[in-house]
Formats: sequence, structure tokens, C-alpha cells
Amino acid sequence: MDVILFLVFAIIAVVCGINVVVQRHPITSALSLIGVMGSLAVLYLLLGAEFIAMAQVIVYAGAIMVLFVFVIMLLNAGAEETRGKSLVAQLLGLPLLILFLAFASYFVQRFVPSSTIVHFGAFKSGTAQNIGIALFTRYLLPFEVTSVLILIAILGAIVLARKELDR
Amino acid sequence: MMTGVPLSWYLILSAVLFALGVAGFLFRKNIITVFMSIELMLNAVNLSFIAFSYQLQQVNGHIFTFFVMVVAAAEAAVGLAIILSVFKNRATLNVDDVNSMKY
Repeated sequence: MDVILFLVFAIIAVVCGINVVVQRHPITSALSLIGVMGSLAVLYLLLGAEFIAMAQVIVYAGAIMVLFVFVIMLLNAGAEETRGKSLVAQLLGLPLLILFLAFASYFVQRFVPSSTIVHFGAFKSGTAQNIGIALFTRYLLPFEVTSVLILIAILGAIVLARKELDR
Repeated sequence: MMTGVPLSWYLILSAVLFALGVAGFLFRKNIITVFMSIELMLNAVNLSFIAFSYQLQQVNGHIFTFFVMVVAAAEAAVGLAIILSVFKNRATLNVDDVNSMKY
């Protein structure tokens, strides 16, 4: 069951990821990216990360991607035009990518102990309670600094996107 | 029979998604798609964090993922504001046309 779930959602994630890269229209890329994030949320659940899976759905697939879709609609972004493609990139890009992935897979297989088998339910400390305890005791300072970061991001977004006032 | 998936499969999936993100970042011309490729890379790294957190049986990787999500949200807000500002000034979304800092 674990294997089937992993394979199904891994394949969905990879296909949607390829779709993000190859589609010419940004709105199609955005919807594919939502597919990637949704399937990653299921994989997080399989790894026992309940809180992060929910946060992934709410924050990433919900808030951030809505922002993306909103900007795409606002700018009326059409399909991008292709021009001046490099011949070297066209010929070498895909083989080099596959070569890189083969090397990465080889080293991961070699250096990660293969005794670790992921069972659903074997990792129980990914609940909101445990995350909250860690966040408010050991990681309290980074958590508070994060609030300042978000405040700065809000101010920056407002300053950058406001209408220029006539002086 | 209770069979599971080896942890390395998750890491390989993470590597595949990260490579796709890099490819999209390098090949795409539309600035919004480039930005979405960055989000794809961040997601791939999050999957690695969660996988290692499972292996070590610690919650620290989850905290890191949480912070990555927060930073991604802030980055999306500011980055999309910059894209709006660029589009307002240049009337283009092609990254090749945005090659000077001012005027």
C-alpha cells in the first residue's frame, strides 16, 4: 500500500513538474505546480509530517499559488514567444540533465543506508503539538525573527506595487 | 506483509524535482514561470528535509520546512510585487528584455 501510494503520487509530482517546465503558458504552469504541491503533501503525510502536509496545502497550494494565479490574470500574461534558441542547449540539455540525475540517484543509493524503510505511521512526532513545542521553546528566536521578516515583506510589497503618487 | 519504500526513493524524487526546477529556471523566458521554478526547487528541498527528519526520528526537519514555507511566502509577495513593477515600467514579461537596471 505504501509503495503504491508513493509511486502514484511520485509519478504525479514528476509529470506535473515536467509540465511546469515545458508548458508555454504561465497559467498552465501554475496549475501544474499546484498538482506538484498537492502530491508532495500526500508524500509528507506518508513520512508522518501531518502538520507540514496541512501547511503545504494551505500555505503553498492555497495562498502562494493563488497569488501567482492572481498576478498572471492581472498582467494578462499570454504564451511566451520562442526565439533565438541555442543549438547547443537544445542538443545537450536533455542528455546532460538525465546524466546528472543518474549520477545523483547513484550517489543517493550508495550513501543513504538502504535499511531505512519508510512505513506509514512509524514517525509519530510530526503532530501540531510537537511542532508547536519545538517552535516555542528551542526555536523561539528564529520564530520571532520570522515575524519581522514577514512584516518587512508586507511593507516591501506595498511600496513596490503601489501607484506612483504625483508630487 | 508490510512493505515500505526505501528512504532513498524520496531523496531521488527530491533530486528529480530540483533538477526540473533548475531546468525551468534556466530555459524559461517568462519571468513568472522562472519564479515558479524557484518555488519548485524550494518544494524539492522541503521533501529532503522531511525525509531526513523521518530517518533521524527528529522534528527539526519539520521546523526547517516550516521556515522555508514562511520565507517562500515572503519571497512570493515581494517577487510578484517586483514583477508587477517591472511590467508597469517595461510592458514586458520576457526576462531577456529586462537587461538594464534603469531606463
